[in-house]
This record gives sequence, structure tokens and C-alpha cells, in this order.
Amino acid sequence: MLRYVARRTLYMLLALFVIISVTFFISKALPGTPFADDKLTPQIRKQLYEKYGLDEPILVQYEKYMLNVAQGDLGNSFYFESRPVSQMILQRLPVSMFIGVQAVIFGLVIGMVLGIVAALRHNTLWDTLAVVVAVLGVSVPSFVLGPILQYWLGLKLGWFPIAFFESWIYSVLPSLALSVFVISTVARFIRTEMLEVMGQDYITLAKAKGLSGLAVILKHVLRNALIPLVTVMAPLTIYLITGSLVVEQIFAVPGIGEQFVQSIVVNDYSMILGTTIFFSVLFILALLIQDIMYGIIDPRIRISGAKE
Amino acid sequence: MAMNNDNILEVRDLRISFGTYAGEVQAVRGVSFDLRRRETLAIVGESGSGKSVTAKSLMRLLPEANTIFKGGEAIFDGRDLLKLSEKQMQRVRGPKIAMVFQDPMTSLDPTMKVGNQISESLRKHLGMSRAKARERSVELLKLVGIPNAEERVKQYPHQFSGGMRQRVVIAIALACEPQILIADEPTTALDVTIQAQILDLLRELQEKIGTSVILITHDLGVVASVADRIAVMYAGKIVEMGTVRETFYDPQMPYTWGLLASIPLPTADRSQDLIPIPGSPPDMSDPPKGCPFTARCPYAMRVCPTEFPEYTTFSAEHKAACWLHHPMAPNVEPPARVGGTR
Amino acid sequence: METRHRELDPRLFESVEIDAYEGERIAGPPVGFWKDSWVRLKKNRGALISLAVLVLVFIVAFVIGPLISTHSPYDQNMTQRYLGPTSDYWFGTDKFGRDMWTRVWAGARVSLYIGLLAALLDIFVGVVYGAVSGYLGGRVDDVMQRIIEILNGIPSLIIAILAMIVFNPGIITISIAIGLTGWTFMARIVRGRMIQLKDQEFALASRSLGASGFRVVWKHLIPNSLGLIVINLMFTIPSAIFAEAFLSFIGLGIQVPEASLGSLISDGAGELRFHPYLLWLPSIVFCLLMICFNLLGDGLRDALDPKMRK
Repeated sequence: MLRYVARRTLYMLLALFVIISVTFFISKALPGTPFADDKLTPQIRKQLYEKYGLDEPILVQYEKYMLNVAQGDLGNSFYFESRPVSQMILQRLPVSMFIGVQAVIFGLVIGMVLGIVAALRHNTLWDTLAVVVAVLGVSVPSFVLGPILQYWLGLKLGWFPIAFFESWIYSVLPSLALSVFVISTVARFIRTEMLEVMGQDYITLAKAKGLSGLAVILKHVLRNALIPLVTVMAPLTIYLITGSLVVEQIFAVPGIGEQFVQSIVVNDYSMILGTTIFFSVLFILALLIQDIMYGIIDPRIRISGAKE
Repeated sequence: MAMNNDNILEVRDLRISFGTYAGEVQAVRGVSFDLRRRETLAIVGESGSGKSVTAKSLMRLLPEANTIFKGGEAIFDGRDLLKLSEKQMQRVRGPKIAMVFQDPMTSLDPTMKVGNQISESLRKHLGMSRAKARERSVELLKLVGIPNAEERVKQYPHQFSGGMRQRVVIAIALACEPQILIADEPTTALDVTIQAQILDLLRELQEKIGTSVILITHDLGVVASVADRIAVMYAGKIVEMGTVRETFYDPQMPYTWGLLASIPLPTADRSQDLIPIPGSPPDMSDPPKGCPFTARCPYAMRVCPTEFPEYTTFSAEHKAACWLHHPMAPNVEPPARVGGTR
Repeated sequence: METRHRELDPRLFESVEIDAYEGERIAGPPVGFWKDSWVRLKKNRGALISLAVLVLVFIVAFVIGPLISTHSPYDQNMTQRYLGPTSDYWFGTDKFGRDMWTRVWAGARVSLYIGLLAALLDIFVGVVYGAVSGYLGGRVDDVMQRIIEILNGIPSLIIAILAMIVFNPGIITISIAIGLTGWTFMARIVRGRMIQLKDQEFALASRSLGASGFRVVWKHLIPNSLGLIVINLMFTIPSAIFAEAFLSFIGLGIQVPEASLGSLISDGAGELRFHPYLLWLPSIVFCLLMICFNLLGDGLRDALDPKMRK
């Protein structure tokens, strides 16, 4: 188990190293820095280059960059008066986290209920409903769903504000827009897993012990069906990251995603690359936690992990 | 209906079908038998003969969605098991009738410690406290011959070998000392050496606890070593029934002859070849009207496909359904390799 | 003990010859894998309707749409801005007075092109990579798998965003971006299948008869994985279509004056309050494409691999 964790961690660090290197060389290959402005005199440009260390040999810059990133220093924003990128990201993190976590909670609760009911009432209307929701959830992206929610719940019904972020009520629509994909993923997953588990011999054995239907479901079916749910953690993290880019944009939420899209618009390269690294770290962490948790929770995996 | 006092279970004319998209499959077509107190009754047949379905239907464990109950009764404790409510049935499963399944690799919940899997029924049916149930689980593991039981109760199924898992499954089944134990191919998935251990264990425990056992198997070798009586099933019907001695040494039905002739015996003369039964069992979505074995029977007569034969009784225990026993039928000798003569 | 027997016609007891294998004679001609799958797919109404809708969208987007319209997707007409759907402009006009009907179908063409491209990449990169990795095994497999693992450590849309920043946004860059990551899942699936199949008897038999490695893979392993490959393709396509629309939505994809469903939806979302039709029309076409590809994928999965059915 320990060797397994160590090996996974090593791959993750390697992936991270590749990503950071790639972002560095991309930043060098970019079609011009923000200082390639004709209005700047050569002297000012030279000063700026010196200030940002752009005049040194590329390998020296690379080494510096890697060391800085390792210490959590993602450089300064080119656009916003040289504020540190990492600070700007951390500032905006709470809002994005709040909306994301809330979306996951919505999604888990509704998705689990829907998936469980669909599996228990297999081949009934409930089941059909879950399947329809699952297909819609993966087919209707948040950048379509967001505006629909704005139009319907915001403009037509006036239940929720459609933009900005001032109090909790503002977070409902963005979280809802993000959660539909979570709902459909979780519902589909739980339904499939439960149907699979309910056909297993050990469920028949549990029934043969004379346990009540409810006890069989709670103690045996759910337990076995929920464990693999850990494996949706990484895909959901990816989804929340990319989803936040569009959802925060649509609802003008001052989170990391919105900042990222804005930095693309104004070519704030250090911001773009810094956020990319931040997102990658987030994703890789999720992947690592997912692998380790799965290994710990599921006794079926534990042995194969040990055998490796 | 008056129940014979020796009988703990009386099954009468059990009929079960499955709804499939290809039509109705008649898995069990009128099966009747008695189970005596403290005896082991083996139900023998090829896969698809309806033996497992018969067993599972007594526990009412067949999938509700596509099982069609066509009729019959199974009287246990003065009640028809087939008519009990689900709630009543839950009180039968475990303390009254318990079951051991074919594949020990898949019949334990992989996410639950084996001790808890045994405790579950103790706590539910005997109302034991957590601590008491735990203590009893250890005893049960010892009883089924698992060494180091105090440690083993805390382990997960994947930490046990196949034979050990089957012992755990048996411990679960025997936890509440049931009156009937149904063992559905309990040794099929195990190595040959382990098979003997498990059979010995079953026999030993049966003597200790005094349960009646219904042993479902396709392996006549298993039957010979543990059963008191045999019911041979073919295509959803019992075609021959008798004590082990009678059925092995004086079989009366060509299908039983075929079964016996296809067992390799180390003592047999090499010149006597194994005799396989040609063909395969009939399609149960459209079962033959007459004797279902007709198509594969070397002694088939004109009457065979027209009507299922009546049972001919040979002794208090022994009966068989075959037209060859009709007084008008020609006299036929079983193949030399089959022990008995008529 | 004696059993009483009925009197019966003695002729009934004449022995007869019965062919034991009579019942095993095959009733009809054997049904092949693909035909069998097609029969199953035909029973899935959702998948069939999806297939029909997709064919229809394809025809409208590439043939009928541009043919029957007298407008071009690029012509601006400042006197005819924000016209709702009319008999002249079927889908209305946008803020520059451009015809939405032709723009929406131009966007659909981009989506379909991207879907097709992703499918081709999946076949030519993903399948080949997976087959080589799985069949050769050993150290080659190790290295190839590590590469995939690292690629999978980065959210693919982030890779796409970086690619879009480095190169000029446009349909070619999008193609490259999708090409960089889109095939890894297929490669993993095919590799797993190869490993599972390559030691099975039919492959060993072929090798023991002197077939080359390439021949074994091409003639035996790939055909036996085709169902799996097709199922996967059907899920690659919608995710590629989604990726393009996503990039275009955040302004990194197709650039003006070209139209993509993503950029049209983005524009429409900004005009939501007063001109909602600018959002609805491209959204409906986009969701229709996505739903149909997903339903068809589900249907194909059930038809080609009944074991996976739930």
C-alpha cells in the first residue's frame, strides 16, 4: 500500500514538473510580451525587461522560474500593476470554492437520491426520469444551462439575482448551473453500480440470512455501490475547474475562473500560466487523493495494491 | 393436509417459470418430494434441469421481476412457504431454513468483516447483543474449522482462500441452527481436495446440529459420499427417486443409467468405455409433451414422446418415471457398466 | 409394491430410432455480430431517432442550409439589426444584421467537422497507440503508458487553452489542441483489450501458424475489439464537440467573423434580456447534436455489447 502511494505520488510530481516546464517554455514562445508596445521607449523597455528578469539567458530564467514555482511564487501579473499572481489567485479562491463545493453538495444529494430511487424502482417512471436527467446532464453544457437559468429563474420568475456576488442568494444560480452535470454523473453512476451490486451472490446471501429488504439495501447494497463513487472525484474536479471558467463568466462571479478568462482577454500571460499551474496542482491532488482513498476504503483493492 | 410426522418439508407439484424476452421458460414442471428429519436428500441433475430453481424457490430467493410462480406448495411447520408474506419469510430464512451457495468467491460481501457477516443473523433472529454475537461468531468459525478464529473474525473475505470462504458461508448458514440447510452445489467451485473437506464438514455439522439437508449437485460422486436419498431431475421433473443404494445399484431409468455410465471408475475394466449421453437437454421454453429424455434415449418407444410416464414404484423409497416399466414394454437390460440388473 | 398400469395399444411400445442431435440442428442461417447488433439497435427507438436527427442536421448544415438561403453568414447589414425570426431571416439577425440561419448552420458545420476530426484522431492515433502498447507489452508498454499518465495529469481543456494561446486561435489550432489529448482514453481502452485478447487461444493459434505480429493484431485482435472501439468513438465525438464550443465560448476558439455554436451561444448569452432568440437557436442546435450523439452512443453500447447494458 505504501509503495503504491509512493509510486502514485512520484508520477504526479513528474506530471507537475512537465506541466510547469511546458508553461515556462510557452511563456517564452508567446508572440510577444505585454511590453512589446511601440509607445514604450527602448530604455523603459530595457528597464522593464531587467525588472522582470527577461534579459537573462533562458536556462537561468528557467531555473529561477522552477525554484520560484516550487516556493509557490507564480510571478507577477503583467496587467494588474505587478501584483503577485499567487496572491490574486488566493484572493479569489474562496468565492470559487464556495460555489464549487455547494454545487457538489447539490449534485451529490440530488444525484444520489435519483440514482438510488432509479435502481430500486428499475424499469419504472423513476428509472426513466433518472436516465433522461443523466443524458441531459452530459448533453447540455453549463454555458447553455447558465443563461437558461438566468432567463427563467432570474428574469422571468425573479427568484434569484442573475449576476454578481454579494450574498448567499447570488450563489444559487451559479451553483445550480454547475451542479446539473454532477447530478447526472452521480445519478448514472449510482444507478449502474446498484443494479450491478443487487445482482451479486452476496446480496442473495444477505437475503438468505433473513435480513429485511431495507437492511439489505442499507448494509450491503449501498455500501458496495457507494465505494466506487470515489472514482468520480477526479473527473468532477476537472469539470468544476472548466465549468467555473464559463459559469463565473456568465454570472459575473468574482472567482478564479472569471479572472482567468479576463486574463486571456487582456493577454496577461503570467496570470494565465500561473492559473494553469494552479489548476493542474488542484487536479493532480484530486487524482492522488482519489487513488489513495479508493485504496484505503475498498478492501477489494487493498490486496491488489499490496501485491504490486 | 395431513403431514407425515417424519417429514419436515413436503413439496407438492411445484411449478416455476421465468419470463424472458424469448418467451416463458418452464424451469420446474411439477416437482414433488418430502424431506425427512435429519436426512440428506440430494437433488441431482445437469445444469438447467431445474434443481437450483427448486432450491431457491423454497427460500423465495428467485428474482421477483421475471419469476412466474405457476403452482404447487411447500409445507413447512404446517405453513405453505410459497404463500408466506415477505415479512414472515424473513423470519424463516436463517433460523428455520438456511442456504449455502455455489461460489464462495462471490457469496460474501467484500466490504464487510466476516465476523459482522456472521453476527448479522445472530443479532436479527436471536436478539443477541453486539458483544455476545461477536463471541458466538468466533465459536462458529471454530466450529467450521477455521484456525485462529479470534483474529479471523476481524478480517475481510479477500483475506480468505476459497475453501475457507465456503467454511465462513457455512458458518453463516448454521449460525441460527436452522432446521433445514439447502446446499446449492457447495463444492462445485472448489478444488477436489477442498471438496472432500467441505463435504466432511457438512456431514459432521449435520450430525451435531441435527438439521435436514437438501444437497443440490450435478456430481454423483458427492452424492454417494453424503446423501441418504437421491432425486434425479431432468428437464424440470424428477425422473427417479430412491435411497442412494437403490439408485446406484438398481437404477430404473435410462437417464440415470446414462448418468452412472458416464462416471469414470478407477476399478472399471478399460474395455468398458465411458458412455456419454448423446445430445443435450430440451429447450425449456417449449418442453416436449412426453418424456423429455426421449430424444436422447437409446430405448425410446413410440409412446415416449406422447405422454409423460407414470411413476413406477419399486420399494418404499424407490420410484421412477419410465415407459419401460409398463407391462407391455419390452424387457431391457441396463448397460453392463451400470451396476445393477433388473 | 406394484404400480397399476393402464392398458395401451401395444404398437406404442415398438422401439423407434430418434436422432439425439435432432434438436441441435441450427434452425436458421447464422447471424453475424454486426447484423445481430443492428437488430438490437433497431429496437432502441431513442438511438434510431438520434441517428435520423443527426443525418438530418448533417444534410441541412452542409447542403440545404446554405443552398436555400439567399444570405451569407458574413454580410453585415446595419439597417437590419436584431430582427427576430421573419420570413426573410428565418432565425433572425444579430447585432450586425448578419443572418442567423446561415451562421447557426455554419456553426453546426464546425461542430460536425470537429467531431469527425476527433473520431479520425481516435482511430489513427488512439487505436494504433493502444494496439502497439498493448501488443508489444514490456518496456515499450511501460514507457507509452507513463506518457499517457502524464498527459492525463493535466486537464485536457487546460492543454487546449495553452495551445490556443501559443498559436493563433482558429479551426486548425482547435484541431491541434484536441489532437493533443483527445485520443488517450481510446488508447487505454484498446491497450486493455489487446492485453486481454493477445493470450487467448485464437491469437495464439494464429501466431503458432506463423502469422506476423502485425497480421495477428490487424486480422484478429482489432476485429475483435471493433465493438469497443465504435462505442468509444461515439463518446469521443460529443466531448470534442463540447471542447470546441467551450473554447469558442470563452473567446479562444473560432474567431470572428467565423461562427461556431459556442461563440454564437456566448454572444446570445450577452443579449439575453432583449433578444433571447439569439441564445435559444444556437443552444437548441448544439444541445440537439450533443443529445443525439450521446443517445446514439448509449444505443450502440447496448447493441454492440449487451453485457454492458444496464
